[in-house]
Amino acid sequence: MRILCARTKVVPVTARGAARSAALSEVRLPPSTSAPGPPALELRGITVTFGGITALSDVDLAVTPGTVHGVIGPNGAGKTTLFNVACGFVVPERGAISRRGDRLERLHPHDLAGLGMARTLQGLGLFDRVTVLENVLVGADRHARTGFLGSLLGLPRAAREERELRERATDVLDRLEIGAYAARYPASLPYPVRKRVALARALAAEPDLLLLDEPASGLGAADMDELGDLVRGLVSDRAMSVMLVEHHMDLVMRVCDEITVLDFGRRIAHGTPDEVRHDPAVLAAYLGEEVD
Amino acid sequence: MATALRRGRTWWAGSVLGRHLLVALLGLVVVVVVLESASDFRNLQLASMAYLGIAAGGLTVLTGLNGQISLGHGALMAIGAYTTALLLDDRDAGTPLPLVVLAAVAVTLLVGAVVGAAAARLHGPYLAGATLALAVAVPGIALYFKEQLGGEQGLRVVLPDIPTWVLDLAFFVTGQDLTRSRYVACLAWLTLIVTFVLLANLSRTRVGRRWRAVRDDEVAAELAGIRLGRARVSAFVVSAAAAGAAGAMMAITVRLAAPSGFTITLSLTLLTAVVLGGLGSLGGALLGAALLTFLPQVVTDLGVDAGLSDIQAAELAPLVYGLVMVVVVLVAPAGLVGTARTALLRRRLQRAGTGTSTSTSTDTAAPTSTSTTSKGTTT
Repeated sequence: MRILCARTKVVPVTARGAARSAALSEVRLPPSTSAPGPPALELRGITVTFGGITALSDVDLAVTPGTVHGVIGPNGAGKTTLFNVACGFVVPERGAISRRGDRLERLHPHDLAGLGMARTLQGLGLFDRVTVLENVLVGADRHARTGFLGSLLGLPRAAREERELRERATDVLDRLEIGAYAARYPASLPYPVRKRVALARALAAEPDLLLLDEPASGLGAADMDELGDLVRGLVSDRAMSVMLVEHHMDLVMRVCDEITVLDFGRRIAHGTPDEVRHDPAVLAAYLGEEVD
Repeated sequence: MATALRRGRTWWAGSVLGRHLLVALLGLVVVVVVLESASDFRNLQLASMAYLGIAAGGLTVLTGLNGQISLGHGALMAIGAYTTALLLDDRDAGTPLPLVVLAAVAVTLLVGAVVGAAAARLHGPYLAGATLALAVAVPGIALYFKEQLGGEQGLRVVLPDIPTWVLDLAFFVTGQDLTRSRYVACLAWLTLIVTFVLLANLSRTRVGRRWRAVRDDEVAAELAGIRLGRARVSAFVVSAAAAGAAGAMMAITVRLAAPSGFTITLSLTLLTAVVLGGLGSLGGALLGAALLTFLPQVVTDLGVDAGLSDIQAAELAPLVYGLVMVVVVLVAPAGLVGTARTALLRRRLQRAGTGTSTSTSTDTAAPTSTSTTSKGTTT
């Protein structure tokens, strides 16, 4: 619902006629043909200090709808803190967070799902004592409407919804080619599979903005390639926006449309992969200043 | 498994409620047959197994599914029992029994909501400490308000006359007159079955899934849109409501609500029953309650047969119970039902593994995942 509202609001601005606007509310256009609306997520002037240490200072970042936005930087640059601000885990001292142009006053982590955002965790954070399918079902929970009473009495409506959720979850598992593991427990699975389960859980919410925290860590070269294709596929086929923090430069350069580079809590560069690659400030941050 | 669920099969197997009702119906038949053939004394024993089972069922949901520990469930039972006693203080009290039970549940539920709201902010040992305080304080309240709550002597519970339609129905079904102990046992087991169906419904659907998610990983659960506080409070409230029903059944079984019945030992005993049976498993809770009710007597009888004096034989019971506890924790850390389930799952996986691709069978490490059940008590 929210998505449609936001999209229809954009239409008059793009001025493509009334007939088109009716179609727009039905069909999602690929991002390239429509003008990019307000950013899927915008962080402006974010400042965070932890007991006198400035983790982030006046950082700006805007995720253009339908693109992959990478956040890179050396260790301790504040990437994860920025991510935590975007998820409501860290409340910034100053700065504003907006989602599709709407200012989010106080963002709580449990609001994310409702806002159409999903995040994967660096440590995976899988629910270890339930099956893979149940893990993904929790991710799909935002589509569930069954209340406490429906659950308590096992009403037919609740049962039907449960079946729908299971179908949805199984579809996501199949799409990520881990359907065979549905009945297994996460702890018994190899790391790359667990990583996919975590991704499946995030995707089951069907977000339109996906936040990936180091999605490639611990993966081999082949798995990383697949991950790259998968992320690009989400953007091109499902019109999703992605924000990702990652260390593997080749993956970042291949997957991202835009990159923000942080160093010591400041944004030192921003642009396309090519621009960033040749930015002297970035080179200095990663390789050190050149000495004569 | 997933595909089997997806196919839907017949209506009763496809719906959660249908499956649970079917099990409940089978259970009811078994209960009627057993209670009919048992003596009055056995019936009272079975009734006490039922109320312990109800309370343990509530506790296993709280501890097993939501990872909260409570040492105060005995106190919550006391609240249910005292509510029942206050409503059934003489023969012409006039309140129908189902209403009395519902009132007991409602009052305990309210107390549970208050305690649960506090508990939602606490973890592990702190939560254990807070609920322990509840277990200590509640019997004290009964002692303090001597006039209203009967002090040390407690309150007598007067069981209303058995309605004639129940007598007629019992005679029609079984062909013999319904004794009061049998009536009480029937009530307790009926309450148990209803409670277990409701708890199983919760456990198998959205609410239970959210509880498990919060238990396993708070951050990930929150990111999935689950409000941690609400999930915890709701688990506590549900668990408290079950304890209230158990307290009501205890009151009408022993016909007394007195502080000595709700000591800290009761709370601890419930927790041991849940651990013995297997955390999070309703069947396990029932098994734990059965051990709790019958093991002491079996052991005492064996002791007497072996030539011990009565006192020595009676002292044997707690010793054996303790030993059983130690052995179960060492040998089957996931509890009796939990361990059996793990073994079954492992066998099924192995069979599936040999049938399908080799990659699934090589890393079959189901035991590592399910045996972690044992360490989740405190988080």
